[in-house]
Amino acid sequence: MAETTYLDASELVINMGPQHPATHGVLRVKLKLDGEKVLGSEAIIGYLHRGVEKIAENRSYAQFAPYVDRMDYVAAVTNGMGYVEAVEKLLGVEVPARAQYTRMILAELQRIASHLLWLGTHALDLGAMTPVFYTFREREEILKIFENYCGARLTTHAFRIGGLLYDLYDGFEKEVLRFCDYVGPKIGEYGTLLTTNRIWLRRTQGVGVLSAEDAIALGVTGPVLRGSGVRWDIRKVQPYEAYDKVDFMVPIGEHGDTYDRYLVRMEEMRQSVRIVRQSVERLAPGPIMGKVGKIIKPPAAEVYHSIEAPKGELGYFVVSDGSTFPYRVRVRPPSFVNLQALDPMIRGHLIADVVAVIGTLDIVLGEVDR
Amino acid sequence: MADEPKVPPPGGASETPAKPAPAEGGAGAPPPKAAALPKPPAAKPAVKPEPWSSPLLDELQRKFPGALSDGVIFRNLPSITVTKEALLVVCEFLKSEEGGGYALLTDETAVDYPKREKRFEIVYHLYSFQRNDRLRLKVLVGESEAVPSVAGIWPTANWLEREVYDMFGVQYEGHPDLKRILLPDGWTGHPLRKDYDILKQDDAWVQANLGIKSGQ
Repeated sequence: MAETTYLDASELVINMGPQHPATHGVLRVKLKLDGEKVLGSEAIIGYLHRGVEKIAENRSYAQFAPYVDRMDYVAAVTNGMGYVEAVEKLLGVEVPARAQYTRMILAELQRIASHLLWLGTHALDLGAMTPVFYTFREREEILKIFENYCGARLTTHAFRIGGLLYDLYDGFEKEVLRFCDYVGPKIGEYGTLLTTNRIWLRRTQGVGVLSAEDAIALGVTGPVLRGSGVRWDIRKVQPYEAYDKVDFMVPIGEHGDTYDRYLVRMEEMRQSVRIVRQSVERLAPGPIMGKVGKIIKPPAAEVYHSIEAPKGELGYFVVSDGSTFPYRVRVRPPSFVNLQALDPMIRGHLIADVVAVIGTLDIVLGEVDR
Repeated sequence: MADEPKVPPPGGASETPAKPAPAEGGAGAPPPKAAALPKPPAAKPAVKPEPWSSPLLDELQRKFPGALSDGVIFRNLPSITVTKEALLVVCEFLKSEEGGGYALLTDETAVDYPKREKRFEIVYHLYSFQRNDRLRLKVLVGESEAVPSVAGIWPTANWLEREVYDMFGVQYEGHPDLKRILLPDGWTGHPLRKDYDILKQDDAWVQANLGIKSGQ
């Protein structure tokens, strides 16, 4: 048998990342290519691993709360909300209505901020330079509201176990409503840039198709699952806070491709605006903190609590042994699970589509690696 | 407009009312005793898991005698322990339509109890779209035992099991590609074990690959 040389090989293995602007962080994807076509891939992760779950076992319940903000650092408010709710569930604490609506307002603003960041960077990856400048401008307004409320823009630590530390500042409602009036038409404006843009359609339609069955089998959640046509949103099916008292709709896609996921997220932003408006309307004066002791010492038990984070189901599994430190905190990160769908979604596609699919999965590496 | 009721919402975060010291044996039989008290406006939440009874559990007990134990419920989330041998058949059944249609494996993780005879608790969180319900399964395994992989039933378990292997050193049987996922391949030790101190690290690896004494 004649010896083969590398000239006979049609396959090529290359690395994308870990330092690559389109991987949205330190993600390394090993691609096996035949020309431009992707034959297979392997995602190599862990570059940002900080051992968040180990840290949890060495901190008290309240001390650990700021750490969760560092996982999905573009959606810190929802991360924190999931954790404090999980501990509240463990303790059996009732959160006052004012705190619930405040949390919902900030969480939905955070969802808009997270989706705006996704939209800008995703479009930038696919060659549309313009949207990123607009979306960052709008996101800035949300970050200003966060800063006015709790002093931080990104890693907010906005909530406390049992409710809120700070009551709303004067003029909060007005500022939030002004933002709602402002951002609503803007979302339509981005639509005019992209929704019927021919280049955008060619780059996204039919790319990274995920059927509903595959999506469920792979465990993906959030807009990726809804883009595949499964109408499932934890805010609706297992409501937390006061989501059962507000009116909103859960958009779904039809074809499960990148374009449908784009439409789903765009509509989600509009629905978030609706939730914010209704929550502001229902804000009534009242207490902001439930009955929680100075020292948090839950019963020896375990709870699982999950919320609809901007990226999917964010779950916290908290095991208590009755002491003041958690025995174990497991974070179920949506980005980690959704990233697993990358390989099946890009097989057979072109290398340029890898960028589109990474963008449409909307991962944050801080959360993937924890 | 702003007159939302401040009393606990019916479907929201409110939990099952407190039972006065739940007796272990007697499943079912809701206790109307607490209601007899004159003013129980804020029902105290249960402080410990209570025995769980449901048609699904009865069905499982009937189909897989001896395979299930410790059916408890806490904060509306039931939890059962399955023997390692029966894990795959029970999972197959739960995923099927008659078994409740638990089509989504939300999460798989482990908890380490080094003092127990079987130190690892492998925890599965299942979700059923059909019933809009969650269920927790547990499997207890010892240090040197391998757990059957559920990646054949729920493909999402692939990475989740790799993470458990990475963090706890639990071996899986029948996993398609069991290797470390978050830590580097050459790392020794499994950090989420309780005997792995928080400041501990693989010094040799850090020295060889990063050229520094400590990662701190």
